[in-house]
Amino acid sequence: MEVLNEFLRTKGIYSLVMILFFLGIYGMVLAKNYMKKVMAMNVMQVAVIYFYLCFAQKDGAMVPVLDGITNNPNAYINPLPHGLMLTAIVVSLGTTGVALALLMRIKEIYGSVEEVEVLRRASK
Amino acid sequence: MTQHAPLFIVLLPVSAALLCMLFSRIQKNLGSWIVIASIAGAFLSAVSSLQQVIADGGKALHYWMGNWQPPLGIEFVIDPISGALAVLITFIALLGSLYSLPFVKEEGWLHIGGYYTLYGLMTVGMCGMVITGDVFNLYVFLEVMSLSGYGLIAIGGKKSMLAAFRYLLIGTIGASLYLLGVGYMYALTGTLNMADMAVRAAEFLNYPLFALALACFVVGFGIKMALFPLHGWQPDAYNYAHPGSAAFIAGCMSKVPAYAMIRFLFFMFGVDTPAVKAALDVLGILGVAGILLGSIMALAQYDFRRMLAYSSVAQIGYIAIGLAMGNLYGFIGAVLHIINHAFMKSALFFVIGGIQYRFGEVNIYRLGGMNKKVAISSITVTLAALSMIGIPPTGGFFSKWYLLLGAYTSTQYFYIGVLVISSLLNAIYFFRILEQMFVQREASLTEVHRHKGKLGLPFPMALPIAVTGIGIVALGFYSVDIVTDIIKIGLPEVLLK
Amino acid sequence: MTMIDCRPFLAVGVPFLAAILIAFSRRWPNIRETWSVIASVIMFGIVTSMLPEVLNGNVYEYTMCQLTDTVGWTLRTDPAGMVFAVLASMLWVPINFYSIGYMRCHHEKEQTGYFAAFAICMSSVMGIAMAENLLTFFLFYEMLTLASYPLVLHKRNAEALMASRKYLIYTLISGQLFLAGVVMVYCITGTMSFTAGGFLTYESAPRWALQLAFVIMILAGSVKAAVMPLHGWLPAAMVAPTPVSALLHAVAVVKTGVFCVLRIIGFVFGPKLLAQLGIIDVLAWAAATSILVSSLIALRQDHLKRRLAFSTIGQLSYIVLGAALLSPLSIKGAYLHLVAHAVMKITLFMCAGLIIARTHREYISELYGISKKLPITMACFTIASLGIAGMPFLVGFISKWNLALGALQAGKPLYILVWVASALLAAAYLMPICQMAYFRKDPQEGFREYGEISYRMLVPICVTTIMAAILGVVPNFYPHFYKLATMAANAITAGWNGGWL
Repeated sequence: MEVLNEFLRTKGIYSLVMILFFLGIYGMVLAKNYMKKVMAMNVMQVAVIYFYLCFAQKDGAMVPVLDGITNNPNAYINPLPHGLMLTAIVVSLGTTGVALALLMRIKEIYGSVEEVEVLRRASK
Repeated sequence: MTQHAPLFIVLLPVSAALLCMLFSRIQKNLGSWIVIASIAGAFLSAVSSLQQVIADGGKALHYWMGNWQPPLGIEFVIDPISGALAVLITFIALLGSLYSLPFVKEEGWLHIGGYYTLYGLMTVGMCGMVITGDVFNLYVFLEVMSLSGYGLIAIGGKKSMLAAFRYLLIGTIGASLYLLGVGYMYALTGTLNMADMAVRAAEFLNYPLFALALACFVVGFGIKMALFPLHGWQPDAYNYAHPGSAAFIAGCMSKVPAYAMIRFLFFMFGVDTPAVKAALDVLGILGVAGILLGSIMALAQYDFRRMLAYSSVAQIGYIAIGLAMGNLYGFIGAVLHIINHAFMKSALFFVIGGIQYRFGEVNIYRLGGMNKKVAISSITVTLAALSMIGIPPTGGFFSKWYLLLGAYTSTQYFYIGVLVISSLLNAIYFFRILEQMFVQREASLTEVHRHKGKLGLPFPMALPIAVTGIGIVALGFYSVDIVTDIIKIGLPEVLLK
Repeated sequence: MTMIDCRPFLAVGVPFLAAILIAFSRRWPNIRETWSVIASVIMFGIVTSMLPEVLNGNVYEYTMCQLTDTVGWTLRTDPAGMVFAVLASMLWVPINFYSIGYMRCHHEKEQTGYFAAFAICMSSVMGIAMAENLLTFFLFYEMLTLASYPLVLHKRNAEALMASRKYLIYTLISGQLFLAGVVMVYCITGTMSFTAGGFLTYESAPRWALQLAFVIMILAGSVKAAVMPLHGWLPAAMVAPTPVSALLHAVAVVKTGVFCVLRIIGFVFGPKLLAQLGIIDVLAWAAATSILVSSLIALRQDHLKRRLAFSTIGQLSYIVLGAALLSPLSIKGAYLHLVAHAVMKITLFMCAGLIIARTHREYISELYGISKKLPITMACFTIASLGIAGMPFLVGFISKWNLALGALQAGKPLYILVWVASALLAAAYLMPICQMAYFRKDPQEGFREYGEISYRMLVPICVTTIMAAILGVVPNFYPHFYKLATMAANAITAGWNGGWL
């Protein structure tokens, strides 16, 4: 029990993030519907974003806004990962946008977003 | 002015690409010419920065964005190899952008503007990836390249939607894995600057977390560079990509991640680390498998572009085994092959694009009599094929030569056999095409776009075909200069011991 | 003394330039063929202008540029290379005239491509003859493969297609093996410049590595030299027009093969090292077997050019065997036979071509009484046949004499039997043709002739026949092949007497 607690305390959140990440990949590989694949892709991207946010977390630190109380950098959490993740969110938004646009065209052309159906019509 | 050259490599195309739509609205061809001019400007900037680096004896050129010093700011680093690759990418991009003109000529402003926007952004992404000195910045450029790449593949026609969509799914996994790796490395070292990370990572090189990060990088880049067995997206993507941009996509898009991998493995972490050594072994095995299976798959294709795509899988394998040797000659061979292969593949895609443009035919068994119809193209195909097989004095021979030397010095004799077999397989599938083009009876083809005149193709298309054809031979004769003046002065420290 | 002089590159460049000019004068056949003739004369002039100094023991050397970081694109005219260079450039002049006659008489298509490829072949042969290092050698070797490929494919029909594929498969595989061998040798020694007597030493690498390098490199040479069992492409390649068979398959391609073997034995490994490695005997046996078996097969061929092709296989193996015996005289004999066989076989092929062009008869069993129609041709054919069989006072005798003495010198007298047997067999497969031509009457009498007597074809035949006779009586007649061969053999075997006497 002690071990489990220790594990959850130190690595638990990372394990969850990893599970989320691989769930995303799992979904992308196995989902039979292209829409679901796109959703799974988003799950995967979000997992990466969570991961950054998790390791940026620091116990007892405050938001990185200089408030005149202290100049000690240890009292603030690291803002850089958050900044990076803003970029990553934008990128993932862009990816999703392109994916959806493509999906709409696929629906127009093949009349379906089910993988089996699309492949059947594409091979014709 | 020249001290800002590294910035202009990226800045010019990005601004032109973003303004392209606007100008296209005003006059439908204006946007395309602005993008072409900006790429030409980027090419000149790349040449100028490379010259500065070489004149400096190989000392890397650091450009600090907004004068923010690294490790806080983002920097562009032009060392001899990245400079050379920037020159290569912008050169091929320039040829490709001219080449695309006839393809989009008859379309409306929206199509032309959109096409050239994507094209310009893809150039930006690739150039940014090779010259950036910041790992997160690399991710951003990687996504810029990929997203515009998905777009360029998607506008190729009906079937290309599916190809682009699948590539998007796989490509996103690759990019996410890379981002994950960056996260691990940032957690370990607390920096994003490559040079800084290289210094700080030294004490963590035995950590399991480092191995995990490395695995993420290798798989992430492996997907993007279509390393066997992660190449599944590639044949469809190359096959259905817009014929105007296929040459650029096939020539450079898989080479840039390969170079990024070199950056990480050789320049940042050093190949003497156990984890990196293990990664190199994996690369070697995958490279060998890719060479053999890629070549065999290429033999089975009857669509010229698909065959070239599988041949790319094999050629990426060459680069992978060059890296896997982990010694001086292997490294030289791999870098030289990146350059050579970019030229060969672009040349071949230019040619088949031209044939597709004029006759709407891509089946290799219906290319009879092409030597009369498109004479320049047939000569270029011959040269490119010889280079692929590795016959001197074309460029492909010399990269293979260094790879062979590397294989022998690292006592991995196995690779010699693989290289020999692969050359022979290449010979089979390329001579098959040459036989068709030069010997077989003329196939009865209807001309989609009529063209009279000696070139056989519109001038903007014939020019890139001729230039890449000459380039393949020139790369052979000047390979020694590339090796001694560029690669050897820019070697990673780990190989200098 | 080494002299820096760009003439070796001129000799390579002239035919190459001619090929480009030929390609651009597609519309004007006379101008096109004039380029070819001019190039052949100029090339012969350039090569022979280097001859006096080479005979004085000097060499010309020139480095055009660096090929790789350590290896230059260098040509050098040592005596061994000069033998081959002079021979090839000398024979290109008559064969050029002959080609023009033959191609016009036969109304062949694609003549522009033919003459251009021919010129490139000669360019690469010059490069091979004068290459200073293995990489330059390989460069020209592959160039020759590619340039001769369209020549084999000349007829553009299914048979030519199959033959050309076969040819490519054989030569490309051997080329790649050769490359692997070059890499091994280079990595072992760090150099690849040809050095008389070899630059590898017994101590430089493990025995197996040296043996492996030797085997894969010699395999490459043996494929082009058509040593059995690697000869399959040669009879198939006989679908090419006869001048191609004559020059390329009697002089250029196959001779580069044996020249490659001679270079590897004499200038890379060296007789001393090979004697220590012991693996050379395998090559000698293969060559000896090849001589006998190919002669036996030749007996059974009815197609004239195929019979000559198998005869070529046997004669080439003479040269390989001579090199493999490693004694000074046998190597000298090998170089001499390189010349002798070229002169005689080119005559035979040109005669065969003339017969085919004038009578459209390709099979020996159809050649009844042909000497009445083509008396001069058949006279030349007979003389050359006698030369192949090794009759004294013809060029073949001198070389065989030296080869036989070389076998004695090497302490392997049994090989003399091989030569004797093969000489008898050569007589057995060539004399029936003459007998057919001179003494048999055509049962149908009706004997159609095609075209006029073409002096463009007849004169070259007479020239090479006279050459064969002169070189047989005065072996050291200009261009001094005998002296060159002696110089080459002495350089290779300096301080090594074959190990027996």
